Amino acid sequence: MSQEKIQDSSGMAYLDTPTRRWVTVYLPVLCFLFILLFPFYWMGMTSFKPNEELVSKAANPFWINNPTFDHFERLLFKTEYPQWMWNTILVSVVSTFASLFASVLAAYAIERLRYRGSKQVGLTIFLAYLVPPSILFIPLAAIVFQLGLFDTRWALILTYPTFLIPFCTWLLMGYFRSIPYELEECALIDGATRLQVLTKIILPLAVPGLISAGIFAFTLSWNEFIYALTFISSSETKTVPVGVLTELVEGDVYHWGALMAGALLGSLPVAVLYSFFVEYYVSGMTGAVKE
Amino acid sequence: MLPAGALLLVFLTYPLGLGTWLGFTDAKIGRPGEWIGAENFTYLYGDSVARLSLFNTFFYTIVASVLKFVLGLWLALLLNKHLPFKAFLRAIVLLPFIAPTALSAIAFWWIYDPQFSVVSWLLVKMGLIDRYIDFLGDPWMARFSTIFANVWRGVPFVAITLLAGLQTISPSLYEAASLDGANDRQKFWYVTLPMLTPIIAVVMTFSVLFTFTDFQLIYVLTRGGPLNATHLMATLSFQRAIPGGALGEGAALATAMVPFLLAAILFSYFGLQRRAWQQGGDDQ
Repeated sequence: MSQEKIQDSSGMAYLDTPTRRWVTVYLPVLCFLFILLFPFYWMGMTSFKPNEELVSKAANPFWINNPTFDHFERLLFKTEYPQWMWNTILVSVVSTFASLFASVLAAYAIERLRYRGSKQVGLTIFLAYLVPPSILFIPLAAIVFQLGLFDTRWALILTYPTFLIPFCTWLLMGYFRSIPYELEECALIDGATRLQVLTKIILPLAVPGLISAGIFAFTLSWNEFIYALTFISSSETKTVPVGVLTELVEGDVYHWGALMAGALLGSLPVAVLYSFFVEYYVSGMTGAVKE
Repeated sequence: MLPAGALLLVFLTYPLGLGTWLGFTDAKIGRPGEWIGAENFTYLYGDSVARLSLFNTFFYTIVASVLKFVLGLWLALLLNKHLPFKAFLRAIVLLPFIAPTALSAIAFWWIYDPQFSVVSWLLVKMGLIDRYIDFLGDPWMARFSTIFANVWRGVPFVAITLLAGLQTISPSLYEAASLDGANDRQKFWYVTLPMLTPIIAVVMTFSVLFTFTDFQLIYVLTRGGPLNATHLMATLSFQRAIPGGALGEGAALATAMVPFLLAAILFSYFGLQRRAWQQGGDDQ
């Protein structure tokens, strides 16, 4: 695999002179990297900088002279940040697992039961994934009100699957399709029920797909903003992105240090999770786009 | 075997219908609306802010999408070259895409700060400008600043998915092209691009859809200001519906986005089909 890649990418690269290669390849890549990573560097810098340095125009802004943990301390002990973190974790985990469960059943049914119209259902699921949350939040807000779920975590746990299920189902359908049908036939002949086929044969084989879908769903719900902003109003049920933005900004006084510290800590869990599962994440992303 | 079906029906199809219906009512928060026909739409049509938001949405989507496509394709081509630390590079390139948008937007907010912006600081020190730039205070400046932040977040997605597409192109096609005496540019135009069109169509549809309905970034950076210059339809509908309380009007604005989204989907769908046929079913 890697051999192949090296061959196809180097191709006729041996004809390039080192200087030419520097100018056409390395330099642009470095520029891209610098711009793509700078905001994160800046987040980190700001969150460790004492306030005097933040507002001083004389000091070199790219470096910290007296690093401080004040902002983190403020964030963790003087605001409800830990509570927001807990809410976000809870909501993301529960809605991810619920969506995965529903998607497995749906994807299996669409892909393998082959009832009439299953093709259309599959296509509808894909289209459902394309419905953006910013169209749905108003009617969903009305529904959440009617159900009396406003300002509860349930509002988020129940609405997140609206964008998670279509995505996960679509991804898992692709995975299930790649599993040979003969395996299932064997099991069916041996007297297994459909449910046994699903749990004993399909699921173990689809573990990579499940991980991809799970990771992707988790980051999607962690990053969700508009529903959490609309359906939640009290501080103790807010999620991290909403909490940081609405509670840490008091009037015109921006606590930049604490804001950045909050943003950094809020991005960390997804970044760590992502770093462990890069391959799965990328395959989930590209898998969702192909077909 | 379809609990997903039930959930989707209740929380997706029903809201879609309800949203459209709300668009034709004068519902307020806490009060069900009466049917008022197309009044919301005619009102919005005459509303200068709504018109401005339509223009902004188009401007934002078109400029950001073109930039994302060009830069993303460029980055994908670069990453497809034989580079050291390939896997590692690919992993960190994706970081802007996985970090929560609302949180990275806060970082941009600070970078764009009118008094303490690091960009201004640098430019002043280099002697290029003598006054700090008011990134989010001036209408056009604010538009481009938000577009930049959007592109920053979107390029990794485009680049990585296109990279996956590039890696499926068989090297033998390039060999054949080389034997026929094609130069690098010709190889790009006549091999890479045609082979890549199906995936480009899908990626760009996604990108256009999510840029068109973008909310978080604008909400964090400018809340639609200055002078409504960066209000997109999504942010305006939020502002009218939730803090403003006019659910019906907000829903009408949201519904007004649907035809544009459908047009984008159909456009790419038919674009895609034509390509698949041209290549004699070569892809997938």
